[in-house]
Amino acid sequence: MAYSKKVVDKFEDTLNNPQAFKVGRFDPSELNVGTGMVGAPACGDVMKLQIKCEPKGNTHIIKDVKFKTYGCGSAIASSSELVEMLIGKTLEEAKEIKNIEIVEALELPPIKIHCSVLAEDSIKQAIEDYESKQ
Amino acid sequence: MNQENNTIYLDYASTTPVDPRVAEKMMKFLTIDGEFGNPASRSHRYGWKADEAVEEARSHVANLVNCDPREIVWTSGATEADNLAVKGIARFYKSKGNHIITSKIEHKAVLDPCRQLEREGFEVTYLEPNEGGIITPEAIKDAIRDTTILVSIMHINNELGTLNDIKGIGDITREKGIFFHVDAAQSTGKVQIDLNKLPVDLMSFSAHKTYGPKGVGALYVRRKPRVRLEAQIHGGGHERGMRSGTLPTHQLVGMGEAFRIAKEDMQHDLIRIQKFHDMFLKEVNNIEHVYLNGDIENKVPNILNVSFNFVEGESLIMGLKDIAVSSGSACTSASLEPSYVLRALGRKDELAHSSIRFSFGRFTNEDEVIRTLSILKNVVERLRELSPLWEMHLDGIDLDTVKWNTH
Repeated sequence: MAYSKKVVDKFEDTLNNPQAFKVGRFDPSELNVGTGMVGAPACGDVMKLQIKCEPKGNTHIIKDVKFKTYGCGSAIASSSELVEMLIGKTLEEAKEIKNIEIVEALELPPIKIHCSVLAEDSIKQAIEDYESKQ
Repeated sequence: MNQENNTIYLDYASTTPVDPRVAEKMMKFLTIDGEFGNPASRSHRYGWKADEAVEEARSHVANLVNCDPREIVWTSGATEADNLAVKGIARFYKSKGNHIITSKIEHKAVLDPCRQLEREGFEVTYLEPNEGGIITPEAIKDAIRDTTILVSIMHINNELGTLNDIKGIGDITREKGIFFHVDAAQSTGKVQIDLNKLPVDLMSFSAHKTYGPKGVGALYVRRKPRVRLEAQIHGGGHERGMRSGTLPTHQLVGMGEAFRIAKEDMQHDLIRIQKFHDMFLKEVNNIEHVYLNGDIENKVPNILNVSFNFVEGESLIMGLKDIAVSSGSACTSASLEPSYVLRALGRKDELAHSSIRFSFGRFTNEDEVIRTLSILKNVVERLRELSPLWEMHLDGIDLDTVKWNTH
């Protein structure tokens, strides 16, 4: 698999410095935390994304994010890329994030576009979970 | 070890470097000041010299596996040898029957010709291995029909390193008068093969898995009792009509020299590799939730196939960036399917996705094994820290009971 330097760098940075790249967990039972988990071990990738939000005006803003990903190098890089896009965004803005943005940012090869779709689904699920608690 | 980029090569089951002694000899059969002649030229010294070199190489190959040099047919590699054996037997003996027995864990060089034969009207039984990756003689016996003409089973599985009981299977096929082909691409220089004693009719060999060049192999075709084949490549009647095409002298000399050295160095190589295998296994077993794939009691020491649960294989390979290994993970293949060999063992798909094949060889040294183990432990730990599956496991969640959002 010939990956772009961007995927390789993102993967290695995340692996070597997990805290700085928001690897970790929030307590999913907290009311200001939304959790999304997509994929399946049998398919080779599972992404878990958690957002911590607070109200701002008539919306909510993503203050912090944590994630964990089981999957190939580009799945890990895709989650890490998504996490960076999310912090400081309102939920409305976060919902607008499309997988193609991750594909472009990381120059994912066509066979790995699936990873970016998974990332997009994980944020949708996390927002859904968060909104259901409000 | 490659001095330039510090990479450790542990993918010897994929291919081996050419032994310098082999390369040196090959170079004498290429240029104007060497023996460049066409071995088929009967009218001059150039041809005679090349022919002499080809026949000497043939004896070296025959000598390693204890057969008559006249039973060795040169091919472009084990893939062509497998094609020639499977299709050549089936098409020649189709009036005798139309059933072939093989296994689900054969190399594609056997499976794809079998698929082709199915399209031509043959019936093929693909046997499941046992959970250790072994095809037992009993399984063969149970699958035999009146119409069975060929059994094709590999000696050593390329992904697992597991060893099949060739003698046991051959005793059955011989008794029933069924041809027996064995893909032995992974075997030469790793285990003793005595074709004088083994009840095998055809056996495929590869040069580049045994420190010879790529692009050359051979098929053993038994003379007594005689085995006949339909040629798959026509054009000049070389190799007693079984495989036409000008013989590539330098390649054949390379294979011959590699097999000569294999016979000489086998014991020495084995002792070192067994030591690395034992070291490796002991250390890897200290990591939690690690599974060795393939029957430990019936395998060669140069191949170790290990699943690191809760870690995906391709990410592990990326983490092990200075170590060249291969994975059964779907993500390393173009098809996005995990290894069909590991799936055939009946393990969960997750374990196939999490598998890495380490294979040692003649030029592996102890320092490389120690470094690999240290990097491996570190990367597995880091990837598990990144893995939601590992987190769930630590929380005591049984992953089999989770309802996943599959794509």
